[in-house]
Amino acid sequence: MNRLPPSLRRHLPAMLAVALLLGGLERLAAPDGEPPWTPAERALIESLGLGALPPLPPAPDNAVADVPLAAAMGQRLFFDPRTSGNGAVSCATCHQPARRFTDGLATARAIGTSPRNTPSLVGVAYSPWLYWDGRKDSLWSQALAPLENPDEHGTTRVAVAQLVHADPAYRRTYQTLFGPLPALDDTSRFPPAASPNGSAEGRRAWQAMTAEDRDRVNAVFANVGKTLAAFERRLLPQPARFDRYVAALENGDEATAETLLSPSERRGLRLFIGRAQCVQCHNGPLFTNHEFHNTGVISAEGEEPDRGRAAGLRELRADPFNCLGRYSDDPERACAELEFARGGPELLGAMRTPSLRNLQSTEPFMHKGQLATLRDVLEHYNRAPPALIGHNEAKPLGLTPRDLDDLEAFLGTLATPPPGVADSDASEAQVLDLDVLVDPVL
Amino acid sequence: MVRPTTPRLLSAALLWLAAAAAAAGGPWTSESGAFRLGYQSRLQPLAINRMHAWVLHLERADGAPVEGAEVTVSGGMPAHDHGLPTAPRVTRELGGGDYLLEGVRFHMNGDWELRFEIDVGGTRDVVIVPLRL
Repeated sequence: MNRLPPSLRRHLPAMLAVALLLGGLERLAAPDGEPPWTPAERALIESLGLGALPPLPPAPDNAVADVPLAAAMGQRLFFDPRTSGNGAVSCATCHQPARRFTDGLATARAIGTSPRNTPSLVGVAYSPWLYWDGRKDSLWSQALAPLENPDEHGTTRVAVAQLVHADPAYRRTYQTLFGPLPALDDTSRFPPAASPNGSAEGRRAWQAMTAEDRDRVNAVFANVGKTLAAFERRLLPQPARFDRYVAALENGDEATAETLLSPSERRGLRLFIGRAQCVQCHNGPLFTNHEFHNTGVISAEGEEPDRGRAAGLRELRADPFNCLGRYSDDPERACAELEFARGGPELLGAMRTPSLRNLQSTEPFMHKGQLATLRDVLEHYNRAPPALIGHNEAKPLGLTPRDLDDLEAFLGTLATPPPGVADSDASEAQVLDLDVLVDPVL
Repeated sequence: MVRPTTPRLLSAALLWLAAAAAAAGGPWTSESGAFRLGYQSRLQPLAINRMHAWVLHLERADGAPVEGAEVTVSGGMPAHDHGLPTAPRVTRELGGGDYLLEGVRFHMNGDWELRFEIDVGGTRDVVIVPLRL
């Protein structure tokens, strides 16, 4: 020790203390040098795991929401192109199971082109709002709108009701679930082209029907939506690698946890729940708060900015198929979401937060598919540009390219094999099992 | 390499506090000192993304319960420059200075601020309630 220069000798005790302290911290740290999770971080991470997903929310407005026969009928309707005006479009045209019930397009294409990007349906039953702008407040009510949209299925509610009436399996199932069908084969009473949302001729035909017959058709139409909802309720996320990581942490099995996320993925997770602030909106086991935010996403090329929730809520309040409407099955009309919904200028340009599970094969992203890749999305949030309409709630993040790499790596841990592909851990979860539901009773 | 731990410990402490968000709070004194307002959440413990109701208790500075008040609420997250995700409102007076506030939901963890405007027979005052989730 005496051979050390005097200045170094003087500082030796302090240096030793620092070295001991660092050594101690190093032992506490994960092998990659990242510190271990604090209890609060652990709690936040656990709140994101699928283990924290509550049971499906009850759907008192849909009496058949949890009836397997209704789900089976809904599943068959979902894939049935006879639910369209040209006989070529089904729900699955845009909501393709292999693409997580999206279509890989910027905006949906069916009979025509829709103005928005097709959202995934996985875990959709947990959202109080449907569509990017939340203009629907139940799964069954949402399922009705594309059927009569001329750019989507381009059919009419009368034609849909007549399909159920004419197809022996649909008719039998319908009557088991809901009781007798009206005499829908009487086309003088029920003109197939009649629709309140159709062409001028279709609207005239709709108006010419008696109020009672319009109501009868509406009731069948709503029930069709309720079977589709019963099917869609069963589209639930499967455990991803991230969920196995969370489970290992919860079991105190740090050694297994270490093997499940790479150092980059763990750094990404740390950013996700910390500095990058993603968890502010993408919270809970579905990585969404189901609410509406303006994050300054650019308008689609050549289009005016989308008004988002500000317009969606107005539309919802006027919708005869909303929670308060007469086609709800809930005698109490318990519609707290709608009753206490907040609108107004602050929601201008605000869009519903999407889930971040299974982003792979769902690009392009955002409400009009404006951003082609996940990296583009991360860079957008890092910049947080001013909004063209309303104001951007997000602030610039100052993340480095390596941070963005890590975030992207972390988001990859939320992916699972598409439905129908066996996952060794999936058997314990409530999962979409297409084989169970295809034509089980019809 | 070991990163500086102080900010991390600090944020951990804040998150820890957040995890223990009070399902009951107050009373807070109104801006001019005329009233005091407290709340009891019917959702225990308080959690994000859950629609629920609060029971507000309104009293005068001397502790006497205030009945017949009109209470309206607004608020949001000042740091994020956005308001509440819902439009909660008092739907019923329960008596004894208690009021049922329905339609409460928070959609983010962090610091919230609720602004209660109170009108008792033309006497108006404001109570600001801070809340960390």
